[in-house]
Amino acid sequence: MKARLVAAALALLLVASGCSAGSSAFVPDDGSTLAVGFAAEPQNFDFTRTDGAAIPQALLYNVYEGLVKLDDQGRVVPLLADSWTVSQDRLVYDFALKPGVTFSNGAEFTAEDVKFSINRVKTDWTISIKSKMDVVDRVEVLDPLRARVVLTKPSNAWLFDMASRVGAMFTPTGIADLANKPVGTGPYEVTSRRRGDSILLQANRRFRGPEPAYRTVYLKYYKDPTALNNALLSNGIDVIGTITAPDSIPQFEADSRFNVVQGTTNSEVVLAFNNAKEPLNDVRVRRALTLAIDRKALLATAWANRGTLIGSMVPPTDPWYEDLSAAHPHDPAQARALLAEAGKPALNLRLRIPNLPYAVSSAQVVASQLAEVGVTVTIEPLDFPAVWLKQVFTDHDYDLSIIQHVEARDITTFGRPSFYWGYDSQKTRDLLAKADAGTPEEQVTAMREVARTLSDDAAADWLFLFPNVVAAKKKVTGIVRNQVSESFDLTTLGRSE
Amino acid sequence: MTARILRRTAIFLVSLLAASIVVFVFTAVLPGDPAQVALGVNATPELLAQTRQEFGIDRPLPTQYFDWLGGVLSGDFGKSYVTRDAIGPQLADRLGVTLWLVGAGMLVALLIAVPLGTLAAVRHRRASGTAISAVSQLGIAVPAFLAGILLVQVFAVQLQWLPAGGWTPPIQDPGEFLRGLILPALSLGVVQGAVLTRYVRSSVLDVLGEDYLRTARSKGLMPGRALVRHGLRNAAIPVVTVLGLQLTTLLVGAVVVERVFVLPGLGSMLLDAVAARDLLTVQGIVLVLVAGALLVNFLVDLLYTALDPKLRGAR
Repeated sequence: MKARLVAAALALLLVASGCSAGSSAFVPDDGSTLAVGFAAEPQNFDFTRTDGAAIPQALLYNVYEGLVKLDDQGRVVPLLADSWTVSQDRLVYDFALKPGVTFSNGAEFTAEDVKFSINRVKTDWTISIKSKMDVVDRVEVLDPLRARVVLTKPSNAWLFDMASRVGAMFTPTGIADLANKPVGTGPYEVTSRRRGDSILLQANRRFRGPEPAYRTVYLKYYKDPTALNNALLSNGIDVIGTITAPDSIPQFEADSRFNVVQGTTNSEVVLAFNNAKEPLNDVRVRRALTLAIDRKALLATAWANRGTLIGSMVPPTDPWYEDLSAAHPHDPAQARALLAEAGKPALNLRLRIPNLPYAVSSAQVVASQLAEVGVTVTIEPLDFPAVWLKQVFTDHDYDLSIIQHVEARDITTFGRPSFYWGYDSQKTRDLLAKADAGTPEEQVTAMREVARTLSDDAAADWLFLFPNVVAAKKKVTGIVRNQVSESFDLTTLGRSE
Repeated sequence: MTARILRRTAIFLVSLLAASIVVFVFTAVLPGDPAQVALGVNATPELLAQTRQEFGIDRPLPTQYFDWLGGVLSGDFGKSYVTRDAIGPQLADRLGVTLWLVGAGMLVALLIAVPLGTLAAVRHRRASGTAISAVSQLGIAVPAFLAGILLVQVFAVQLQWLPAGGWTPPIQDPGEFLRGLILPALSLGVVQGAVLTRYVRSSVLDVLGEDYLRTARSKGLMPGRALVRHGLRNAAIPVVTVLGLQLTTLLVGAVVVERVFVLPGLGSMLLDAVAARDLLTVQGIVLVLVAGALLVNFLVDLLYTALDPKLRGAR
């Protein structure tokens, strides 16, 4: 008995010590293999029928490509289209396609696929962002390498959206099982997946361009932020796609094994006001609440001072960005005066938030600062996404809420009175329409005006913009600083040995 | 005896049916709309209605229940709203991971409990025996996830001997599979081992007082040999029974440990499915877990019947 026990213990020790410290056989340390850790896992590979950021994060630009893509400055640049022209009336887009492009199943990429893919958004996609293609009147095949898209009305947003997942190019021979077998033109293809654990991408042999720096990429998923951090610290992964626990950042910065890159995102953390309902339908009340909150202090508490104060629904990577964070400076005395003027010196408000860390810590700061100006706030955490979506988002049953809005250029939601903001402004709608229809210069002017109007109306309180913090082993180079597109772009990565 | 077995079998089946109803009703009344969660923000009412129809959740509850039950009886757990895949094969895959974890945890628990419990019993009048009892008491108080976090900090983050988490299937790479299993199995097994140590101790103590052991020793056998040759086998019977009952606790512990170590088992699948309101998947997993617990109880019951002659004539 005793002897057998000792043998077992020895066996355990042998297994434990038989491997060299710091390497993991699961992710071979051969230089051309990379493991990236993320928090949210794609439930399947079909972003035409399943919403959420996780699928395009993994697949867009890496497996699927569009005619255009976004660079890290938020500019629309060529991808499968070499170039394009826009007609005088801004209705007709002619794309010249890259020659010699094939899908990972061997099918050739032509203008027919452009027509097929764009039309298919309208007919087969079932998620709400399909509406971004509503503005397309028709797609024409001019010749195999030239496609024409005709819009029903001028739209700057359309070309921008073509760089997102709605612009992804599919082949009719590769859509049989989108949920499991994605077929795209990108440098990688999905070779296997273990649900709840990882996705394995490998270099697409048929890719037209040079081979990517990493031939094999494991995308690994960690629900728990601590587990994600530990994976990098223990060499289980090489990169953390986006750090979701800000307190852990100094630990990586202090460690000579890692580089930490910090940039911006499209993800505004918004204190939403129910503009349609008493008492927040009064602009004086909304301004008072905005004045009462010290956003700088809030950012320090809620996200360890990482992140950007913005003051309106525009991240710095949009062309019409201007810093409006000082529009309503922290001023409790004036907040109290405004509330008194509005006849609401003592308010009771319900702050209904998703049960997510950033929302919970922000809510506590908001509640304590509003208490100083005589506003009593009751914090109600709701199960996210299910309960929050139903009660706050769909039923508009709330006074205040805190949530991050991750979509690019989602400032346009303020043009929809039925959206949960309850914000109804003809001026804003007119400006948004003008911006979408105009030249790029006119767009910038009008959008800047929209942002100022929202700030002036205190349509919401923009608490801060989420930072994009990536931690990576020193050998990994070329990490995109600003997370502007929906993709975690593997194509920019390189390696230094 | 046959009547008793039949009766127990009937009770088992009826409990299973009742459990299926409870599981179904509880998941159906979870707040939140699966279609809304699947579609996310900006979903239009038309799209929501279309999706509810596609999921089949616009039909009356009894219809949904009988459809589901009929499917489950023929081995079809339905299709996930979220992954759009058949739930059955995925369930089997995840169950495999959890069973490895539970099995390894059980092994660790036994490796700890049998020698330590025996030692504590043999030396129950000495300081070392008291010390083992005290330490095992302490071990019971440590939750499995805390043990897991500590183990990761020491062996993965600081020493970098073992992975902090993740799963490698045994067929893909047996060595890496074992390496990945060590820390989760330890965090699960250490706590269970502490519990079991106390059972082993009291069991061995009982045996030590038995006449046959005294007889064996009086025949000139060394005390240690006597215990190993005659005592342990008899002490094992109550311990095995407790082990069966502890299986359920181990399953619960495994759910938590899976989260800490990012293992794609049933527990992490369940948490994801609940968050995504993937109701069919939730129902499938919970039903499998409940059926497992009921089955263990049923088998332990049959074992009693077989072992205890007094029950053979009973109803």
